[in-house]
Amino acid sequence: MPNKTFFWFFLPTGLAMILFIGLPIISTGIQSFYAQHDQVVKEVKKCDPFGCTVSIVVDQEKTSKIREEKPLGKFNGFGTYVDRNHLAIEEIGKFWNETNSFGEFVDQVTNLPFYKALIFTLTYCLFVTPNVLLLGFIIALSLNAVTRRIRGPLIFGTILPMIVTPLVGSLVLFWMIDAEGIIGANLQMLMDDPYLSLKSSKTLTWITIIIYGIWHHSPFAFVVFYAALQTVPQEPVEAAIIDGASRWQRVRHIVLPHIYPVVTFVALISLMDNFRVFEPIIGFSAEGSAQSLSWLIYDNLVNEEVILFGSAAATSMMTIVGIAILLAPVLIRTWKEFRTAR
Amino acid sequence: MRETNMKKILISLLLLLFGTSAYADCNIKSGSINILANDFPALRTFVETAKGCKGSADFKVTHSSEHNKIAVPALTANPSEFSARIAANSSIVPLMNQDLIRPLDDLVKKYGKGIQDSQLITIDGKIMAVAFMANTQHLYYREDVLKELDIAVPKTYEEVVAASEKIRASGKMQYPYAAAYKAGWNLAEEFVNMYIGHGGEFFKAGTAQPNINNAKGVATLNMLKKLAGLSNPDYLTHDSEAIKVEWESGNVALMTLWASRSGTLLDDDGDAKITAATKLTGPATVAGGNIPAATLWWDGFTLAKNRSDADAEATFRALAHAAANKKMVADAADQAVWLIEGFKPGPKSIGVIEAVKMKAKPYPMLPQMGLMHGALGSEIVEFLQGKESAEQALKDVEAAYMSKAKEQGFL
Repeated sequence: MPNKTFFWFFLPTGLAMILFIGLPIISTGIQSFYAQHDQVVKEVKKCDPFGCTVSIVVDQEKTSKIREEKPLGKFNGFGTYVDRNHLAIEEIGKFWNETNSFGEFVDQVTNLPFYKALIFTLTYCLFVTPNVLLLGFIIALSLNAVTRRIRGPLIFGTILPMIVTPLVGSLVLFWMIDAEGIIGANLQMLMDDPYLSLKSSKTLTWITIIIYGIWHHSPFAFVVFYAALQTVPQEPVEAAIIDGASRWQRVRHIVLPHIYPVVTFVALISLMDNFRVFEPIIGFSAEGSAQSLSWLIYDNLVNEEVILFGSAAATSMMTIVGIAILLAPVLIRTWKEFRTAR
Repeated sequence: MRETNMKKILISLLLLLFGTSAYADCNIKSGSINILANDFPALRTFVETAKGCKGSADFKVTHSSEHNKIAVPALTANPSEFSARIAANSSIVPLMNQDLIRPLDDLVKKYGKGIQDSQLITIDGKIMAVAFMANTQHLYYREDVLKELDIAVPKTYEEVVAASEKIRASGKMQYPYAAAYKAGWNLAEEFVNMYIGHGGEFFKAGTAQPNINNAKGVATLNMLKKLAGLSNPDYLTHDSEAIKVEWESGNVALMTLWASRSGTLLDDDGDAKITAATKLTGPATVAGGNIPAATLWWDGFTLAKNRSDADAEATFRALAHAAANKKMVADAADQAVWLIEGFKPGPKSIGVIEAVKMKAKPYPMLPQMGLMHGALGSEIVEFLQGKESAEQALKDVEAAYMSKAKEQGFL
């Protein structure tokens, strides 16, 4: 395609991307450098049905004047980024000096909200992504091998987890693993431990969410792999059969190299999706044991009666950076392959 | 057959006619009314009563248990989405902080006939809200279970623990106690109650500096942990609705729950035996204190600032009609402890009335309290799970609060 044609072809998409993705990200970035103005408070008398007390309120007259002058707030630079609820630079330095062993230091650091969330997010990515790829590939291979007649209904059944809304899917499982639910109660009987609860133990909650993640995401990998498998040329496969290659050898040396670009694509998308894990935490009411970066943003925006725009913006920016770092190896590799191909 | 059907239709038509004429006295001619409210039966009754007097005004209502998340953004818009917000002592604070609600003095003077002075929430001499019901968290108990095991009705949380242990030891129930310990707002609310019961203050006098990392804070956490140990192991995921279900399934004998939920707990749905044995009593005290480990709440209406005066007037007239409605109070006496004239407290109001008698403190209406509440909700979880010490948890709460308070300009 000539560059000019490509330009006109891409223009509408490009404009929409700038408008709906680029500008909001820039605005979020700017927001993350600002904090609220210092609150001007005054003492007043408050009366309610239970009596009167002297208490404090925000002085609206003075505050609104300051707000009009500087509507964005007080410039804070990277202040929000390095505070305790984010990167916590100061605290980590303190822990390093105060703790006696490395284990203790790690304990202290992972107790900070941002690192706690980062560790869960990374663990989730690390376990879910490869398993999704593997499971999706195995399902695609097996479905590709069954007779055409029953393939349709089987495919439909396989992609069901993706069709089910994430929140609904996790809620269904949530009730099943309840201490009184079918899985929870049976597990208690099986383990002979009446206090066993999948929801109260941190490790078990993590495992539940990860299994749910694999269950929910593998259909996507399956669909893409299945489509890719249809494009595998039959001649080399037949030639390999004649040469006496086993099934595994055929997959390893013919099918996998052929669909390799698709595997990269699925890995990229999966990583990005998994890094933003959010719905299962809400669905499983797992806030107590598992927090992800996306959940932190949500928490800053809605969970408190006061909305922390600066905090949420800072976490958003760091999530974007995190995804970029995570994707870098795959992207660099694709870029290199692209160059050698040329 | 056909005749009876016709009769039914006629009767309902007649009722409809009478129904509307009975409310015609409000006579609101114009304006548009849009209300945001929490979702529990008493509030539905209240808003329905207000709707009865809407006249020819446009009337919309959103009942949502997620009201806290919607309120500030929706009222910040100009014109704001809602003309009124049913708020409580905690949720009025963010509206005040952002200057989103209007003083009601003129409207109360003009249309507030029948509203009692005690219903008015005044801040710095200006009426900012009109309260119509009171709420608190108090104890519920199963009379049959306590009687069978010869346990007296607990008056302190120490007695609650002892009673629950006895019930567990008897083998009748595995998890005899329940309270809304869901991580987040609910859990933080339990901490607030228990800390106030211990006589704690959340902030150093006159400042926004946190003040919970002390002996009272540690005692509060230890008591919460003891109670959690007697609850269903999934307690960190249980909100008020979930423990209500636990209660109705007969799994629980002692429970701390909102007074406003007693209506649905004691209605005809569910096991009649459990309902009959469900009894209410005042909130418990803790650690030898004499004020209860509970906070008093009011629910009242506020009007959005960013909305036309005409809409505000129409909204106020409709809501004031409900806030001074003796008929509603008489009909729905079971649903809430109404602060409205003519309310005769019934057996379901015992909890709140006892709490007021015992001089329970109202929930602190401070501009920075929401940040403290938020920090508590997430930082004390690990202590309950046994992953860190009480002192460490309280230190974490204070540190998390301070970062947020700095960002919000309180420190």
